Amino acid sequence: MDKDYHDIPGTYVFDGTQNRAGYHLNMFCKSLDVEANRDAFRNDPDVYLDRYPMTAEQRKAIEDRDWLGMLRLGGNIYYTFKIAIFDQVSMQAVGGMMSNMTEEEFRQMMVNGGRSVEGNRSKSEDN
Amino acid sequence: MARITAGIGTSHVPAIGAAIDHDKTQEDYWKPLFDGYMPAQEYVEKNTPDVAILVYNDHASAFSLELISTFLLGVADYFPPADEGYGPRQVPGVEGHPELAWHLAESLILDEFDMAIANEMPVDHGLTVPLSITCGQPDAWPFKVIPLCVNVIQYPQPTGKRCFKLGQAIRKAVESFPEDLNVAIYGTGGMSHQLQGERAGLINADFDTAFLDDLTANVDRLVNIGHMEYLRESGSEGIEMIMWLIMRGALGEQAKEIYRHYHVPASNTGAGLIVLEAA
Repeated sequence: MDKDYHDIPGTYVFDGTQNRAGYHLNMFCKSLDVEANRDAFRNDPDVYLDRYPMTAEQRKAIEDRDWLGMLRLGGNIYYTFKIAIFDQVSMQAVGGMMSNMTEEEFRQMMVNGGRSVEGNRSKSEDN
Repeated sequence: MARITAGIGTSHVPAIGAAIDHDKTQEDYWKPLFDGYMPAQEYVEKNTPDVAILVYNDHASAFSLELISTFLLGVADYFPPADEGYGPRQVPGVEGHPELAWHLAESLILDEFDMAIANEMPVDHGLTVPLSITCGQPDAWPFKVIPLCVNVIQYPQPTGKRCFKLGQAIRKAVESFPEDLNVAIYGTGGMSHQLQGERAGLINADFDTAFLDDLTANVDRLVNIGHMEYLRESGSEGIEMIMWLIMRGALGEQAKEIYRHYHVPASNTGAGLIVLEAA
């Protein structure tokens, strides 16, 4: 179903459709809160991922650390970020990877006041 | 009777907590932010409440997609800091106030606000970072805390208007508690930020400043900001600012601004802080 917020560029609103699509992907991420699970995932990622009935695409997005791909397939950033914590990767590095910048470029953009809303409001209108 | 005397709005960025925990607050990157927090700490030290109702959101720490509560009250006498993947923050555990918390639950539900109730839950940076920002690094937090957890992760989040009305109901509930307690309320989260997608890193300082202004100048405008406006103008995670409206609603018709501070960036976020008093 088309929603008004689909007009916002570069933004994946975590609604019911996304929740349904991404449930197992997100619950895999959530499982990494537990030390024993992190160890199991580290020791044998394939076996560990088998525990979660994800689509092949979702599984590949996790394996490739394709942060945008995960969002498109129903991932929520607070969940997928648990993989970044597992990898010891910062939120600014992930922000950069989602927007085609290096971590340092992203960090500098933030120091300079962040990404402007001007020109980033709408896919369909002048903004 | 108990009364709500002060309201504090503040961002709760995890990196702010990490900067405090790892002794980085005087580094060039962080110093301007933390210098601006000092007057708020002094305020809380001079006006220490008995209890604070702390409105925040859980970041997939205590709760997951298994169960999503729109509004949830913590009624326990103790809440341990959550392990968010780095081990729990080395901050004091949080003492609750079960008597007032249960009074709130009863009063709010009978007033038609259908709260979920938690007897056991860890609290993540959403709750502990605002305590660090306003209380520094004490051995024990100087007041008891009632966590009020709001869903801001799953769309649709509650509306700003509903949050404001919940705040008004909280004021009524607190005033009907017989014990003489000085109660503060925190609204946390925000301000503008977007963590996800190609638009990650979005900051809208104009939106944030107008929001801070209108907490006293034009509350009606804030109460009527809808989901689309938050998402579009303040970033997908900027919608956390609805939690400040619970705080504002609990202060009554008029509120007086005592202090504010705004700084960009704290990690990926426009960091705001405001101290208000019920007028």
